[in-house]
Amino acid sequence: MKARSALLLGSLSAALVAFALTSPRVVAADKVDPVADAKAFQNFFFQKFPDVKHEDFVNGPYSMNADMKRQWQEKEEFPPYEFALDAGKEMFATPFKNGKTYADCFPNRGIGIRQNYPYFDGKEGKVVTLELALNRCREGNGEAPYSYVKDEMASLTAYMAFTSRGKPMDIRIPDDPRALAAFENGKRYFYTRRGQLNFSCASCHVQSPGERIRAEILAPALGILNAMPIYRSEWSGMGTTSRRFVTCNSQTRAVPLEPQADEYRDVEYFLSYVANGLPISGPGARP
Amino acid sequence: MKRSLPLAMLLSLSLAPAARAANEADYKAAYAAAEAASKEAAGMRNQWTVTVSALAAAKKAGDSGDFDRAIAAAKEAEALAKASTFQATSEKEAWKAMEIR
Repeated sequence: MKARSALLLGSLSAALVAFALTSPRVVAADKVDPVADAKAFQNFFFQKFPDVKHEDFVNGPYSMNADMKRQWQEKEEFPPYEFALDAGKEMFATPFKNGKTYADCFPNRGIGIRQNYPYFDGKEGKVVTLELALNRCREGNGEAPYSYVKDEMASLTAYMAFTSRGKPMDIRIPDDPRALAAFENGKRYFYTRRGQLNFSCASCHVQSPGERIRAEILAPALGILNAMPIYRSEWSGMGTTSRRFVTCNSQTRAVPLEPQADEYRDVEYFLSYVANGLPISGPGARP
Repeated sequence: MKRSLPLAMLLSLSLAPAARAANEADYKAAYAAAEAASKEAAGMRNQWTVTVSALAAAKKAGDSGDFDRAIAAAKEAEALAKASTFQATSEKEAWKAMEIR
């Protein structure tokens, strides 16, 4: 009888200890903690690829494959995004019909600010991306908005990224529950499987960077937006961050959302925040 | 022999409804079911491209009067749409398993 009581007491104590140990973790897991998320995200890639220099992750597949990197470095002498860059510079300086320019819409007149986008707009209660801010600038000055996926938008963002090259990504998440919710929503979108192929963003860019998917070498998720916009040989042209999300969705056989949908804005916020500290390398060139 | 002929006729008549060609009403019912499932998936913001294609193929075949093909495509669209809503529902929690912590 004594033995039975001791056994019962022992089991009860063990159960209590186990509960005490696990319950704080459950609470912690449910709390939105961008700082801890970013640290874990970066550590995952740093540990998975110990030979890759941290600042090199922003070069996508080239950080994963030495042969590709050499070819890319040679291509960078006459980069395929150069025409878009020149066009973007000219467009940026050309006044609207009302005489104002893009510079009038941005802090520091739009130069060297790419690393601060997207940001959380407390007034609107939503994430504002650089592409969205550019079109709002146009509309605010009586001009028609551009397509979010290519051409003029890619040229403009290429120029703005170029003026920020080398600057560390610096995304802020204000102490605002709506900003935290946007970050969490972006994280959820990133990890959620979709499409008939049942792929999430993470299926390729967390689980398989450096691996081939057909002829492509997959880029790591860490720093993947630092190189945007990009010239893709596959597209035979430039593409924006919006275009990247839309095509990723299509490739998994999911119907893409409309460019600049809340989900896309939020996932851009999440991916940019977890790349804080890594340099802007855009505009980029990819196979 | 005399008895077997009416029997055979009776048998073939009894099987006829199952083997008959699909008609427009069958197609419309199958299409409506597929469309409803597809709308549910779209409402969850988890539509699949293949659902949209299958639904369009059903409509095209239905408009041209090929109801057998139209019903097959509509049923495929409905199954795909239901799979996508299942995915969206299960992913509400399942995504957390992929998260880097």
